Amino acid sequence: MNGMATLRNLAALVSGLVFGLGLSLAQMTNPDKVLNFLDITGHWDPSLLLVLGGAVVLSTVGYALVFRRRVPLWDSLFHMPQALAIDKPLLIGSALFGIGWGISGYCPGPAIASIGLGNSEALWVVPSIVAGAALQRWSHDRQPADID
Amino acid sequence: MTAFTPLHALLGGLLIGSSAILLLWLNGRIAGVTGMVTGLLVKPSAEQAWRLLFLLGLIGGTALYGLFAATPTPQRLGFPTWLLIAAGLLTGYGTAQANGCTSGHGVCGLARFSLRSLVATGTFLAVAMLSTYVMRHLLGLST
Repeated sequence: MNGMATLRNLAALVSGLVFGLGLSLAQMTNPDKVLNFLDITGHWDPSLLLVLGGAVVLSTVGYALVFRRRVPLWDSLFHMPQALAIDKPLLIGSALFGIGWGISGYCPGPAIASIGLGNSEALWVVPSIVAGAALQRWSHDRQPADID
Repeated sequence: MTAFTPLHALLGGLLIGSSAILLLWLNGRIAGVTGMVTGLLVKPSAEQAWRLLFLLGLIGGTALYGLFAATPTPQRLGFPTWLLIAAGLLTGYGTAQANGCTSGHGVCGLARFSLRSLVATGTFLAVAMLSTYVMRHLLGLST
């Protein structure tokens, strides 16, 4: 492993740490808090809106500044998602995710993060998320003619 | 019932935004948890170390907070295990199919003005609100 790869690994670790601290501070690791945001007809807790809003506004400014560079500091190119199409897999996948999120109150980040709290629910949710993702990739790979 | 905590929510959001900026600035990568997970499901390559380290950092950051926080994060008790499993499977399948979740589409995608991510975010937020409504108020399965 060369030095640059080591630096990138360190950056990923630190970035993950900061992400985890942010989720925890915002209490997004508490599924009740998430569900109380999603449940607009109950005792609505708008906290998640400020979490998402704060993250999006800051990263929009930060991304604009970063993209003034030709390349990232420790890599030779920006690895950007190439998909542009607003297609069926995007809509169906997002809807399935929405159903799951609305049931449990866990999206993938907070689910994995809550392993760090010794949360017993994470023991069920995280393996299920990984299994669901693996199933999707496996079934997709079996249909090479499927265009999406 | 949980109280509206605007200051902590905003500070937490700013930390998440900082994390996304850091990963783009240093590594040129999107801080999307779904991408990290699906990237670990393919055959082993040199590209997997950083994804695993990000996820370990995510767990470590939460553990650190848990160690030093004045008020511990409450743990939900008595939520049906079968619902956790069903919800997890739907979440995993759906996010893999849509190639992103709250972090990749919801934060990073919106920050780079991706229309695809805007549509994904609007869809999963709206469906999640509907799903929570059905679970709580029509089926009474969660409180």
